[in-house]
Order: sequence, then structure tokens, then C-alpha cells
Amino acid sequence: MSPPASTPATHVVPEGFKPPKVTHNTRVLPGFKLSLGLTITYLSLIVLIPLAALIARPWEHGLEAVINTVTDERVLASLKVTFGISFAAAIANLFTGLAVAWVLTRYEFPGKRILDALVDLPFALPTAVAGISLCTMYATNGWIGSLLEPLGIRVSYTPLGIFVALVFVGLPFIVRSVQPVLAEFDAEVEEAATTLGASPLQTAFRVILPALAPALLTGFSLAFARAVGEYGSVIFIAGNMPFLSEITPLLIVIKLEEFDYAGAATVALTLLSLSFLVLIVLNAAQLILSKRGQK
Amino acid sequence: MSLIVSNITKTFDHFPALTDVSFQAEPGEFLALLGPSGSGKTTLLRLLAGLDQPNTGTVQFDGIDYLALNPRDRRIGMVFQSYALFRHMSVAQNIAFGLTVRPSKERPSKSEIKATVERLLKLIQLEDFGHRYPSQLSGGQRQRVALARALAINPRILLLDEPFGALDALVRKDLRRWLRQIHDETGVTTIFVTHDQEEALDLADRVVVLKSGQIEQIGKPVELYHRPQTEFVFDFLGSSNPAPARVDGDTAHFDGFSVPVISATPLNGQKTTRFRPFDTQLATEGAGFKAKLVSVLPAGPSLRLELKGADGTLYEVHQAHDSNAADLKVRDTVYIRPTKVYAF
Repeated sequence: MSPPASTPATHVVPEGFKPPKVTHNTRVLPGFKLSLGLTITYLSLIVLIPLAALIARPWEHGLEAVINTVTDERVLASLKVTFGISFAAAIANLFTGLAVAWVLTRYEFPGKRILDALVDLPFALPTAVAGISLCTMYATNGWIGSLLEPLGIRVSYTPLGIFVALVFVGLPFIVRSVQPVLAEFDAEVEEAATTLGASPLQTAFRVILPALAPALLTGFSLAFARAVGEYGSVIFIAGNMPFLSEITPLLIVIKLEEFDYAGAATVALTLLSLSFLVLIVLNAAQLILSKRGQK
Repeated sequence: MSLIVSNITKTFDHFPALTDVSFQAEPGEFLALLGPSGSGKTTLLRLLAGLDQPNTGTVQFDGIDYLALNPRDRRIGMVFQSYALFRHMSVAQNIAFGLTVRPSKERPSKSEIKATVERLLKLIQLEDFGHRYPSQLSGGQRQRVALARALAINPRILLLDEPFGALDALVRKDLRRWLRQIHDETGVTTIFVTHDQEEALDLADRVVVLKSGQIEQIGKPVELYHRPQTEFVFDFLGSSNPAPARVDGDTAHFDGFSVPVISATPLNGQKTTRFRPFDTQLATEGAGFKAKLVSVLPAGPSLRLELKGADGTLYEVHQAHDSNAADLKVRDTVYIRPTKVYAF
């Protein structure tokens, strides 16, 4: 059988030839220099200069003081609590967020728009308000807490309370990352899987979920980053027992209140570095996923 | 092993998409569903694949009631216009998908799957592309992968929904010829949907012409062309010119001349007959429809002339490149004489 002949070439394109890239300098918004200058000034004022100040601060009592602060048992315990529970909450949100996004895109039901708007509530609510109401609900005499009490589960004033608060603030990130991808998923791709003999479960796990993976990872990163830095909602429900339910951001505030500015900056820098490291790993994973031919 | 579709009716929200559609596909036949957009051809294809259910009617293949079968048990290979490839899977994984999702009892071994994939990659001329991802392929290559993926499940019927719709003309022509070769090699009963009459006539053993959800005519390409049953079929298969005439059995009488009439049933009386642009003679004098030349353009193997009649009728006439028509000038007056006409 002869191969499908391609369009006859009128002249030969050299091997490895790439057309010149379109430059964006002159498109739509004029003044590349002006806009870049604005960008750098703005980012410096808002992000870079405060960050530089933070990086400069810890060293005023010498390296030894920094090491002592970082290796302090209480600091290490708080880092463990913050990162461990943030990770757990982001994982939990991965599943529930996907389920919520699925329901909101795939089904039509009365009240869908209201439910859709409710997802954004954790974005809008002052975190302290969220913390106080969650705490009240999950206290041993609260609506939900009183139901869990006979089962021996205590939420408020325990690490579990931190988990609940972090799940609350992280949910919209996953939902809003996944929702548009799911909504634009080509129905014909699912139908193709069906005609090829895939069961609904196989279609979900082998066709749809892999296509959602980059969006899920993005949502996970955002939810995790948010959870690590979360303060307002957590301190009301956590109980804040040192070594048990004390989060790193609270420790920073405690150090500030003790006028230990260098110590607070040290802890903050440690928190920042670790978060940055995690985000780099997540971004690398994202890159690998996109190398697999996904958008 | 033939596919028998009987009395299929399908309505969407009171809109009749298909009305009482019946046809039969013989084993190994290459069938085209031809019709304009909105004629129900894609709906029909989706019913066959099990992606939709008809309101009434039956679909039988080899004596099995297909409507009672789950789409994934029908073993129908479907190729979509949008290719519908799995973007996160390599070409080889895409092709193997239909085999790897089978329950473990029926699933071929890993080496068998690998051999099938390699055989199909060879068939679609993409041997070295197994590890690539769909985003790294051209449109024509993607459509070939989609076809290989559908063939991998060893389908009883192959369905193609405007498979070449999104490709440019040259690639389309190549793929068309190649698809016919693949069909002849595999011998699988194939039904494809198109709105392109040239594609349908070029490829198919038989063509089912659909209009507004109803079958207008079923026949071999040559039959459709020479013996169209309805005005719609005649007009849809090519350009046509109107010619009012007094029809008397097998002859049409015009002012000053008479020509043979082709019709499904014997007709009599005043009729608006039709004729093809190439069933014509042009003369500068004598009997015929008086018209002024509007334009002369080369159209492939012949010259295409546009003419405007005295009453405003537009005519399209095809003449050989070396005929007298080549010497005509725009605004010249000529007389068009059809050599045969069709009446319905």
C-alpha cells in the first residue's frame, strides 16, 4: 500500500528550520520599556524589598542564634504541625474538591448556581469569622461537635481542628482549578472510550482523571500554599498547645509579641524556604505532566 | 453478517431528527451517509454506535438486536471528526486502549497487544511515531491514529463521522484513497458520514442520501448520478440548470427543439426540467435558450461558463477547453441547448 503522499513541496525547507518568532514588544500595549519598568518597580515595592528585609533580619545575633532558633524543639514541632496538616488538608481537598467540581459541571439540578457561589465563600469570609464559627460548630457542645463527642472524636482545640480549618480555606482552590478543565473536556473523547469498550469507571480513571491531573496539581499547590500561611481561622480552633497544635505562623506572632524580631524573622524565613521548596517540587511535577503532551 | 436498520425514528425535544429510516449494509460494504448539515446523518451514526437511543425502530447485526446491547459491547469502531484522541497517552497507548480495557479474561497478553499496535502503526504508515503524543502530530496523522485505535478492537462495523472534515483538500484526497485501501484490506463493514457529495461518490459502494431526517435515495454512485429519484438528489449531487418544458413521455419539447427526458416515472405536461452543465451544446445561432455570457473560467478538465438568460435565469455550462466556447467573449450572445434533461 502506498503511503498517503503529502503535499508536493515546491521548494525544500531546510532541516530544522523554524520560522522567526513573533515579537510581542509592539503588540497592543505600547511602551515595552515603560511597562517593564512599572512591573519591576511594582514587584520590588510589593514583594522583593519586604522579602529582602526578611532575609536580612535573622542574622543580627549571628549564625549561632539562627541555628539555635531553627533547631528549637518548639519551632520544629510547629513546622511539623503546619506542613503535615496542610499537606493532609490539601490531599483531602483533592478528593472532595474534585467531587464538588464534578457535580457542578456534570449535572443540572435546582440550586446549582447558589451551590456554585457558595464554593467561593472561604475566599470571601474573614478568616477569623470562619475560625470562630468552625470552632463553635465543632466544640463538644456545638452542633457537629456534640454528635462526634460520643464517638470519642474531638475536633475543636485539637490538631483535627486545624485540619478542618485548613480544609475549609483550601477547598475553593481545587474546585476553581478543576472546574473549567472539566467543563471543556471534549465529550467525544469520553464517547470514544465507551465505543472502545471502556466501562464508566475505566473512562473516569484512565481518560478523564489523567486529563485533569495538571489542574488538580495546580489546585493542590495553591491550597497547600494557602494552608501553610493560614493564621486567622486556625488559631481560634487549634487550641494552640505548644508541641501539639501550635502552628508556625502563630509562633512567629508569639516571638513578635516578645520583641524577638530576629527570632520571628528566622522562623518566618524557615517557613518561607520550606514552602518554596515544596512549590518547586510541585512545579517540577507539573512540568513533567505537561511534557507528557498535555496542556 | 449484514447490518439491518429498520424504521428508525428519533426526535429531540419534538424536533424530528430521523423519520422512519431503513437501510441495510451488506457484509464488507462501504456505505456513505450523504446529506446537508441537519439532515440527521450524524444522529444516525450515533444511534448505531449506541451513543444515543432511537424512539422507535430496530438495529440488527448478524441477527443480534444491537439496540439492546451496551455501546461498549457492540464492538463498533468509531472515528470522530474531532479525532477524540487521548491527549495524555502516546500514539501506541491510544491504539492499545481498546484492548487494555478489556476484562482480564478476554484481554490479549502484553506481547499480543504490542504486536497488534505495531501492525496497526505499520498500516497507518506511522511506524516510528508510537512513542509520540497526539499534540506532536499533524491533523492527518491524528486522524490516522484515530482510525488505527478504532481498528484495534477488531470491530464488526467501522463508523466514521466526517473523518476528513477538518483537513485541507490535498490531505483529504490522499486519506480518502488510503481509507478505501484499508477498507478493502480489512474487509470490515464501513459506514461513513459526509456532506461532501464528491467524497461520497468517490469512496462508497453505495450512498444513502438523507434530507431532513428521511432517506431520499439509496444507490450506487453511478445510479444516483444517472437515475436520481428526486429533485433534491439531483441538485445535491452537482450543479443544475432549470429549463421549463412540455414533457411528453420520454421527450421534452422546447421552443424549436426536443431532447430526451430522464425521469423515475413517465411524466406528461408542463414541467420545470433540469440539466447538468456538461449536458449542453453552445451555438451562436439556432434554437436554444438565448443568453449573454457573464464569465469564462477554467474549472479543472473543462471550461466553466456563466450565462444570463433573457429572463434573468443564470446558467452554468461546462465545455471542453478546445471547443468553440474558448473563443467567446463576455457579453456575447449565445444559444444554450441541453442534450438531455431530467424531470421529477
